[in-house]
Amino acid sequence: MSAIRFENVSKSYDGQIVLQNFSMVVQTAETKVILGGTGSGKSTVLKMVAGLVKPDSGQVLVEDEDITDLTENELQPIRRKIGFVFQEGALFDSLSVKENVAYRLRENGVRNEKEIDEIVREVLGFVGLEDAIAKMPAELSGGMKRRVAIARALVGHPRILLYDEPTAGLDPITSRAICELIIKLRDLERVSSIFVTHDLKSAYTMASEFAVLGPHGEATFVSENDRFCLINTRFLMLKEGKVLFEGPDETLRSVKEEYIQEFLS
Amino acid sequence: MSFIYQSVYEVQEFTLLSFRAVTNLFRKPRYLQDTLQQMDIIGVGSLVIIVLTGFFTGAVLALQSANSLKAFGAVNLTGQLVSLSLIKELGPVLTALMLAGRVGSGIASELGSMVVTEQISAMRALGTDPTKKLVTPRMIATTTMAPLLTVMADLFGLVGGWIVSFYALRLNTELFWTTAIRSLDYNYALEGLIKPIVFGFIVGMVGCYFGLRTTGGTQGVGRSTTQAVVTASILVIVADFFLTKIVLELRP
Ligand SMILES: Nc1ncnc2c1ncn2[C@@H]1O[C@H](COP(=O)(O)OP(=O)(O)OP(=O)(O)O)[C@@H](O)[C@H]1O
Ligand SMILES: [Mg+2]
Repeated sequence: MSAIRFENVSKSYDGQIVLQNFSMVVQTAETKVILGGTGSGKSTVLKMVAGLVKPDSGQVLVEDEDITDLTENELQPIRRKIGFVFQEGALFDSLSVKENVAYRLRENGVRNEKEIDEIVREVLGFVGLEDAIAKMPAELSGGMKRRVAIARALVGHPRILLYDEPTAGLDPITSRAICELIIKLRDLERVSSIFVTHDLKSAYTMASEFAVLGPHGEATFVSENDRFCLINTRFLMLKEGKVLFEGPDETLRSVKEEYIQEFLS
Repeated sequence: MSFIYQSVYEVQEFTLLSFRAVTNLFRKPRYLQDTLQQMDIIGVGSLVIIVLTGFFTGAVLALQSANSLKAFGAVNLTGQLVSLSLIKELGPVLTALMLAGRVGSGIASELGSMVVTEQISAMRALGTDPTKKLVTPRMIATTTMAPLLTVMADLFGLVGGWIVSFYALRLNTELFWTTAIRSLDYNYALEGLIKPIVFGFIVGMVGCYFGLRTTGGTQGVGRSTTQAVVTASILVIVADFFLTKIVLELRP
């Protein structure tokens, strides 16, 4: 079973082509790192997975179910499986951090305040923001907003996570922490994900480290070496609506294509 | 040609959204908390401007009508004229226009900002139907609050009219109130309540419609807000004409 599958998807806005015959597969527990210049259609791909944007032609499948022609109501159970971290965070600015993170719980009918509070504190802990629980989004820095957005997406244990530039504009230490979180979800919880980024350092971290459980149940991070090559993270490079490259990071670095070399340097 | 096509399209989209907003009343989930909050913002929040509008409208009506009535030697009927014009026409229409300016613009700019910052997309991604969570509560709030606010405007309008009659025109207080109240019959009161219900619906739905179809960043939000106020105001005045016509036709 594949987690996400695009089959010959095309999309244009007012005559401007954004995606052209775009196909890709994300396997279960795999992370697909999507690279590409600004305006190359990366966010559009993510929105299509959640059914927020409909393709003009082609199919989008989520866990082998064709979602292309589903109505908003029929999309509800699909969206329940998906956590979406929007590019600019898209926090509800009329709600506090706590209510933002608790949003999905309340929507799903959880009424027990104690339970809600526990879950919210736990996921905010994952992104290191327990202290911000009572703040309003307007009081947060850009990096904090993005981390709250990640926390909000994690609630409800979605099996698929879509990250739209989650580490953009964060300091190296916080970026690293976010990457470790995503690696843990990938390796220990078998979450399938798409990771859109411009940040090559994070991309390589994703592709070269993996998480294992230590003797006391804590996660430790191990780098791949000559004998072991990580296969659950693959790269995809988009340019002008077409796939320029698809494969593991080792191959990406050796591709002789000019645009890719320029992008990586 | 494309202008006609565009207009037909907009009318269709507006009708669909209104239809969804109304049918949502019968579907779960219902957002009671959001509805109450909107009623508070829209109803209580608009009270002061509505009271002021009503008061001074009544006052100026008394001044003007006494002036005209004097020519016929009928100054005694000032109370009746003020109450009829207020309750049938000016109360509902001016309240609706003030609401279009204050509430319609507020709704359009709030929803518009939510669109351009992708909060609406985020809401959908989190499994919420924005028409249920955002549109229906606002529609309920404007449709229920407009009649209540209109009653307040009418009431303070009469008070304004009375104060002018008493202090400026030296009219008898009792005469003012008896003519004002005697002229009210059931039909007028009904007309004075049906109108604001329709107007409230128009203001709320037009605000939501223009807010939700915002495109193009902060500039787009400004554009939607203006369009919402202008469209709602015009629709209110046009609807007022037709409602009056219908009521006159139906009256025995
Ligand atoms: N709602 C829309 N209406 C019109 N054009 C759009 C819309 N959304 C996206 N586009 C266009 O589609 C193209 C791809 O947009 P997209 O957001 O997918 O790019 P991106 O790869 O995510 O870029 P970035 O790295 O800057 O986030 C852009 O040229 C953009 O102008
Ligand atoms: Mg993007």
